[in-house]
Amino acid sequence: MSGLSAAIVGPGNIGTDLLVKLLRSEVIEVHSMVGVDPASDGLARARALGVPASAGGVDWLLDQDTLPDLVFEATSAKAHAANAPRYAAAGIKAIDLTPAAVGPFVCPPVNLDSLSDVPNLNMITCGGQATIPIVSAVSRVVPVSYAEIVASIASRSAGPGTRANIDEFTQTTARAIEQVGGAAKGKAVIILNPVSPPMIMRDTVFCAIPADADTTAVAESIHAMIGEVAAYVPGYTLRAEPQFDAPRDIWNGMARVAVFLEVRGNGDYLPPWAGNLDIMTAAAARVGEQLVKVHA
Amino acid sequence: MTQKIRITDSTLRDGSHAMAHRFTEEQVRGVVHALDHAGVEVIEVSHGDGLGGSSFNYGFSLEDDVKLVAAAVDEATNARIAVLLLPGLGTVEDLRQARDAGASVARIATHCTEADVSLQHFAAARDLGMETVGFLMLSHRIGPAELAAQARIMVDGGAQCVYVVDSAGALVLGEAQARVSALVAEIGHEAQVGFHGHQNLSLGVANSVLATQNGALQIDGALCALGAGAGNSPTEVLVATFDRLGIPTGVDVQGALAAADDVVKPFLHRLPFADRGAITQGYAGVYSSFLLHAERAAERYEVPAHEILQRVGEAGYVGGQEDMIIDVALQLRAERERAA
Repeated sequence: MSGLSAAIVGPGNIGTDLLVKLLRSEVIEVHSMVGVDPASDGLARARALGVPASAGGVDWLLDQDTLPDLVFEATSAKAHAANAPRYAAAGIKAIDLTPAAVGPFVCPPVNLDSLSDVPNLNMITCGGQATIPIVSAVSRVVPVSYAEIVASIASRSAGPGTRANIDEFTQTTARAIEQVGGAAKGKAVIILNPVSPPMIMRDTVFCAIPADADTTAVAESIHAMIGEVAAYVPGYTLRAEPQFDAPRDIWNGMARVAVFLEVRGNGDYLPPWAGNLDIMTAAAARVGEQLVKVHA
Repeated sequence: MTQKIRITDSTLRDGSHAMAHRFTEEQVRGVVHALDHAGVEVIEVSHGDGLGGSSFNYGFSLEDDVKLVAAAVDEATNARIAVLLLPGLGTVEDLRQARDAGASVARIATHCTEADVSLQHFAAARDLGMETVGFLMLSHRIGPAELAAQARIMVDGGAQCVYVVDSAGALVLGEAQARVSALVAEIGHEAQVGFHGHQNLSLGVANSVLATQNGALQIDGALCALGAGAGNSPTEVLVATFDRLGIPTGVDVQGALAAADDVVKPFLHRLPFADRGAITQGYAGVYSSFLLHAERAAERYEVPAHEILQRVGEAGYVGGQEDMIIDVALQLRAERERAA
């Protein structure tokens, strides 16, 4: 087997959840877990799992005798913008889970195949990973003049970084709905819900479609895509059949398909309600494994 | 001497829900002209769900928000124009465009437990030279002390006033009073406290009076109660009641009555009313804007609107989760089909 080694930079919720997933991978070997806070719970957890861990940051990582093939960055947009050129100089491919968007957006079932040679890939946002496959499933059948997504997540799964920069979520997701999802215009909304027990991540996708769209073909395409995403996020399901509505004046004459999704996490680090975390790390792990295939 | 209360009229924002976000520029100009003439100091103009709200999920605006803001600014002689923004839906860029169109008051709204998502927007609003107001929506969901702690986060982030927002029209008298008092105790020495009431249990005006008696200095209303659910505290009733109580608002009673009767009432398709759906909202603590969405889903999926609203309340959905209304309607229909 010709696998790849990967370091995780950023031992927070995302990094720690990703660690659990990568340790399960048969083709990716975890090189190390890197942070900057010696008291980090994620670093302690990595050590307990037998993974080399350091609070020495990227300086420590690049100083190792053997460098990883890949780095998964789960820090902040600012940190990744600073680190990205250093990874590139060291010949390490970067899979970026921050909103930095140094490299192109990647959504595994939609455009990963075309991006295998790119040195830096951006994982968009949790809401983007959950919804862009559906936008793409519709836009590969009929033209989508406008797509809108609403991501509802449990308050407890939104960390301080997300909260302080919520505009980054809406703007980055909207851009990716267009660039990756194939909609002419995109819009994204995120809602934090504090209900107890926490609500499981929910995502709704609305696509404007032509009045004469072949709804059977669109529905089949959506179902096929659900299967593709569920291959790496087992808790990714439809709440109901796609809902088709005829054009309405109050929709500026657009017809619509509405898709109601639930994303139940795998419970690797945070509990299953944190589907937003799970789909992000599962998608990143998927990208890593795909790169191994190309590399082999 | 009794302190003056500032009335903010939200006919052209919260009322937008009841109009399915289909205000015309002519209607906006007419309402602003009448309110300005009556002496109302602040007039809020936006999609019901705030800047950027125009969408499938909340309803598309007939006219662009920024264009309506510009028309309102043009029409007003003394009144200042406010805009609403919900972080996660609207962005700093939307706020900048509204400011460029002449809006001078930024009202930033979050669910009552999520104040920290507004910090980016308060900072931007202050940088843009706007007056800032924080909106803690669905304030009935948490107790007075917790609510005051969230108000503190907004004030530390740059809010100059924080409102207890009874989005579900669910607060009953003492509950509104206790929340206002807690906010006044926490932030009163450095920021103002406001109250935004709804009529689902017909207590919008009474709660507003109690709020002012406990230190609130800003009160929201809408002409003809035009707003989500059973509507907002009617501006004209607030003004008349405060006048009788000797609480100065600077608004002319006859001017407010004329604005409601001569300008707003003629273009309404239906007057806000505490019907079964709206009362269910107040009773079960459901976000008022969900009402028309529930009625549409009820019609589309042939399940009762009040059952949808009851279920939405039990699930604890918050403002912005209008998509869940269709989801709930689909679940209710599936349950009925299984039972049949």
